[in-house]
Amino acid sequence: MGILDSIPHVNAVLSHRPWPRAVVGEAGWQAAIDRLVEGSLTLLGFWGETEAVHMAVLDGGSAEIAVVTYACTAGTFPSVASHHPPALRLERTIHDLFGLVPTLADDLRPDLRPWLDHDAWGKSYPLSGHNASRDTRPYQFLPAEGEGLHQVAVGPVHAGIIEPGHFRFTANGEHVVRLEQWFGYTHKGIESLMQGASLRAAAKLANRTSGDSAVAYAFAFARAAEAALDVEAPQRATWLRALMAELERLANHLGDIGAICNDASFALMHAQTGILRERCLRAANVAFGHRLMMDVIVPGGVTRDIAPDGVSALRALLAELRRVFPRLIELYDNTASLQDRTVTTGIVKADYARRFGAGGYVGRASGRNFDARRTLAYAPYDQLSFEVPVLDAGDVNARVWIRIREVEQSVELIGQILDRLRPGTLETALPPGNGRGAVEGMALAEAFRGDVLVWLRLDGALRVERCHLRDASWFQWPLLETAIEGNIIADFPLCNKSFNCSYSGADL
Amino acid sequence: MRKTLLESLTYGSLTEPAPAPDDQALAELAAKVDRAAQARLGRSLAIREVDAGSCNGCELEIHALSNAFYDIERFGLRFVASPRHADVLLVTGPVTKNMRQALERTYNATPDPKWVVAVGGCAIDGGIFRGSYACAGGVSETVPVDLHINGCPPSPTDLLKGLLALLEHVGAKR
Repeated sequence: MGILDSIPHVNAVLSHRPWPRAVVGEAGWQAAIDRLVEGSLTLLGFWGETEAVHMAVLDGGSAEIAVVTYACTAGTFPSVASHHPPALRLERTIHDLFGLVPTLADDLRPDLRPWLDHDAWGKSYPLSGHNASRDTRPYQFLPAEGEGLHQVAVGPVHAGIIEPGHFRFTANGEHVVRLEQWFGYTHKGIESLMQGASLRAAAKLANRTSGDSAVAYAFAFARAAEAALDVEAPQRATWLRALMAELERLANHLGDIGAICNDASFALMHAQTGILRERCLRAANVAFGHRLMMDVIVPGGVTRDIAPDGVSALRALLAELRRVFPRLIELYDNTASLQDRTVTTGIVKADYARRFGAGGYVGRASGRNFDARRTLAYAPYDQLSFEVPVLDAGDVNARVWIRIREVEQSVELIGQILDRLRPGTLETALPPGNGRGAVEGMALAEAFRGDVLVWLRLDGALRVERCHLRDASWFQWPLLETAIEGNIIADFPLCNKSFNCSYSGADL
Repeated sequence: MRKTLLESLTYGSLTEPAPAPDDQALAELAAKVDRAAQARLGRSLAIREVDAGSCNGCELEIHALSNAFYDIERFGLRFVASPRHADVLLVTGPVTKNMRQALERTYNATPDPKWVVAVGGCAIDGGIFRGSYACAGGVSETVPVDLHINGCPPSPTDLLKGLLALLEHVGAKR
């Protein structure tokens, strides 16, 4: 039985690929919310348009996906977040950007505090298409009351070389009673810049949604566009995409493993993984002409082939990793002072990971067995052999181990891809226009930190009418608030690094 | 652990020779660096990094400056945790409007003499985010900039060239 069979809907949108999208009324919208609340569906995405809101949902059991759309005829929609907290930041974002108002029965008021809007844009509801003003200041943090509590405000400018965001701790001595995040500092208006952009220009923006996941975003964007246009990238392009995606995963995981240890004052690991990370980026530069491999994946295929000396550079990288990495794993495993910091620190409860649909190492370290490469088996991962590590402890240590195991898997995957890479064309020509009016596509790709979702609608001339990019961080950041509770403030950098969520990816 | 440490000692250094300072950057600086400042600083600069809304690509490459291959500290350049300790602000991103005030305050918190280095295509003129309702444009529209390092993102070598040019210039005028 499909997801939409159990959700009363008005009509199905035919141009939406590869998963169905249906317009629902109030009953259908509520039915979808009910299924999220009972846990039989997972929220994959929640985004707005000028006169509608969309929810993408996943049936974890059958790996089915569907999108439901509610037409906001009165500029309002029934609040999702008031029933299902994982939707909260997305719902506040929809209100910030489009001015659509979530409603609740019985005079209850949904949380309408601004999320991205810091009252600095010079206008309110920038994507709504009309002028309205809004009183957004001062921002109200949620209260925490009790004897001996004090607040510590951190950011937006942090001490390290990291992205800006605000953390408001309420602490009792050293112990964190509550953490509340407030972001939006890196909001660049990417979705507004997307509107009306050509596919090439939009792909460039997708690459720069979160620079550390440039390949994953480009991969998801290209596949969403190809789904909309019903075209397929050539075989060789698909394999090269996965090659770059695994190389990106390797570089990030290596950087993270070292950075987490460094935040536990174990600099040796940081120095060693820093060398391996640099070797990955250099191999990427030799193979694809850019250290972060930006702008290589485009709708239709890839813009360039792997360089002639790229294969040997990657083989040398794999040999080096196989030689050095096992020793570093041993080092991590046998250093008691390091384990003392990471074991039982910053635990994410399995129930939260499941309810929030947390992707990546955050979810998989807390028992949520989801990896878009495996669960959705998009090409070429349907033809590759790999394992998806899952642990239950949910602490910093478990998130490190998931990364360690994924480094090993990515090394094997790159080896498989290099062995099986066959000659072929690199790009499928896109139609000059589709001649049918708007078409819609959606895709997920597994970035190093979790699944990236891209949804888009193209007009008849293949210009982007609306594009939404959903980073894995949306459903991970709130769990950091839960993980730090009861820990000491001094362990916050360690917990935070073990999540390594994207600010830019979620601020858009 | 001992094996790893010993191997690091005996295998020789991975650190690469310094690149030549960037000529264009030197020329840009020649007009800007204040003579009175150098006597106090010598060949040592403390850098405070400020992300003013970047995609985080520039941060990755700035991080790489501290790895064994580039080893930025050998040049007397080091990253510090507070603008109060800094001589140089290294600013990335298209300066989102939500970060503009924080950038101004960070600049004001940095003691004189100080330099601002704008890193990456976005920091120069907003890059691909230019024209958005949410971006203020290049860094120089918010705080005065002494040096631009282009690239999307600039490689660690590009960053090093620019920063060495800054250092050379500061040193030469002593």
